[in-house]
Amino acid sequence: MNIHEYQAKELLREYGVRVPPGRVAHTVDNAATAAEELGGERWVVKAQIHAGGRGKGGGIRVAGSIDEVRHCADQLIGRHLVTPQTGAAGRLVQRVLVERACRIHKEFYLGLVIDRGTQRITVIASEAGGMDIEEVAARHPGRIVREAVDPAVGLMDFQCRKIAAKIGLTGRQIPEATKLMQALYRCFRDNDALLAEINPLAVVDEGQLMALDAKMSFDGNALYRREQITAMRDFDEEDPKEVEATGHGLNYIALDGDVGCIVNGAGLAMATMDAISFHGGKPANFLDVGGGASPEKVENAFRIVLQDPSVRIILVNIFAGINRCDWIAEGLVQAMRDLKIGVPIVVRLAGTNVDAGRAILAASAFPFIMADNLDDAATRVMATLRAAPA
Amino acid sequence: MSILVDEHTRVICQGFTGAQGTFHSTQALAYGTRLVGGVTPGKGGQMHLGLPVFDTVRNAVTATGADASMIYVPAAYAADAILEAAAASIRLIVCITEGIPVLDMLRVKAVLSGSASRLIGPNCPGIISPGACKIGIMPGNIHQPGDIGIVSRSGTLTYEAVFQTTRNGLGQSTCIGIGGDPIHGLGFVDCLELFEADPRTRGIVLIGEIGGADEERAADYIKAHVSKPVAAYVAGVTAPAGKRMGHAGAIISGGSGTAEAKIAALQAAGVTVVRSPAEIGMGMDAALKR
Repeated sequence: MNIHEYQAKELLREYGVRVPPGRVAHTVDNAATAAEELGGERWVVKAQIHAGGRGKGGGIRVAGSIDEVRHCADQLIGRHLVTPQTGAAGRLVQRVLVERACRIHKEFYLGLVIDRGTQRITVIASEAGGMDIEEVAARHPGRIVREAVDPAVGLMDFQCRKIAAKIGLTGRQIPEATKLMQALYRCFRDNDALLAEINPLAVVDEGQLMALDAKMSFDGNALYRREQITAMRDFDEEDPKEVEATGHGLNYIALDGDVGCIVNGAGLAMATMDAISFHGGKPANFLDVGGGASPEKVENAFRIVLQDPSVRIILVNIFAGINRCDWIAEGLVQAMRDLKIGVPIVVRLAGTNVDAGRAILAASAFPFIMADNLDDAATRVMATLRAAPA
Repeated sequence: MSILVDEHTRVICQGFTGAQGTFHSTQALAYGTRLVGGVTPGKGGQMHLGLPVFDTVRNAVTATGADASMIYVPAAYAADAILEAAAASIRLIVCITEGIPVLDMLRVKAVLSGSASRLIGPNCPGIISPGACKIGIMPGNIHQPGDIGIVSRSGTLTYEAVFQTTRNGLGQSTCIGIGGDPIHGLGFVDCLELFEADPRTRGIVLIGEIGGADEERAADYIKAHVSKPVAAYVAGVTAPAGKRMGHAGAIISGGSGTAEAKIAALQAAGVTVVRSPAEIGMGMDAALKR
């Protein structure tokens, strides 16, 4: 689960990370008032959306007067901001963060992430902050510093000092950076974060270290024990179909093809998409019904897949282990009865209670197209599509 | 022969009396697994499915001599259950539970690295040596005793590989679903090492998916240490690049992670890689004949 920059900064401030003085504003008037209250002569107005690349998309603006703050806010609030990560439609900006600008002397990159390789929380830092950091990592791996954290003792001060020295900090900045990294680590650990990133971390004004931007992402499986984080969720930033799917215990991702997919298991769902593509088709979605799918859950899966108007056929591919084919079949029949489905349905059932499942489908009056295996299923999908008027 | 589990493996179930534990213990018993008891705190002394229930794993081990455990406890308590099994010197811990917080697993892994216990999972279908021992949620009847070792990150795709190797008459020595979570127990390399050393296993099927660098590490290991034919499939060639925030994940994984990068690494290691999930069985056949 992702949160906004202003939320990440509030959280980091609680842990003792220095962030610029700032206010969130939902209207142009609020933005102007915020700037007046913050004081100073220059302000930064930053669009608050979950996608990255905001700077490149014009979502971060500097204002030298209250009138300019108004103008910047007006250019952002209520408009769609297109960045390299939003797609062509962009993302609606509903609020901006107004911050007092500071003098920047030098910029660094600092991140915390879970490294699957070492199976440790790992600190990543670089003196090449504010630049395209992935580019730096790919071309100049020597400019990236990494330190893995031993979970038995946590992040050690000496590791922080080592990182600070390696990225070129000196003098009193080294203990200051140590304090900041420890705060970031505690914030990460205490809130079940999966990612915490400060880019840039900057030396500003009189030489203090400050987090000028902050991105944080959290473990959805741990939200049950993280009330404060759960309250920060912004459903407006998520695809409504995906939110609805999550509410039903389904994992759905919209794609741009015309073959709707209902599958159990993420791996098989991806493999089903691969099989469709292999046979020349284009999947309309990724959908994993998960384990122990009830007939109701299957019906909900159909409801969500059918919300996409480009779906011309649906492939149901179930290899039941913890699932039961008879429950899936009941859900299929229920969906056909309740949802007046107008597109052909190709069904491949295998695994637990498969005979009972097939019997339920055969006994129903609905024209399911039955397939024996994955290859057969993809072949039948394509044959059916070719036979149907476009 | 097989790896990790056979007809002598003595298994207990943690979360024995819950709905999942009950259903899958019943299935395991029907398959012939030597299930010798179970653990549900507070229900010690009772009988369930004709087997004794214990309050702690330690009590269960003392009374039954169990050396393997299958875990069906809810996600919030699963990390504790794994560590309880390790503390009671269970040799093989199989955790089926999905949705365990990553930071819980991070701590579990750190503790396990200093213990003799091996962990399979979490968020996995488990392990089966066909005809001898089934620990997990896989449908037993699709398996057939045979020569192929299967190791997979994906649950349902493991079944697909099993189904196809049964259909073409090869059968399986042991099948392991290692689970798809970022932090998990046994990895590809551990399983490849065991299959390579197992005289019964003639060929190996490896099923990977996008994300992480496990397949790349497996490719390096195969090149250096595996003499048996290996067939592989990597799911997610058509999956769109995930929506993501920040750069740290990309920096840490370098160029690895995409299906194409994994396929290239496996091919360079001499692995027969199939492009369609429907060709896994054929791929194994072809690799055996090479």
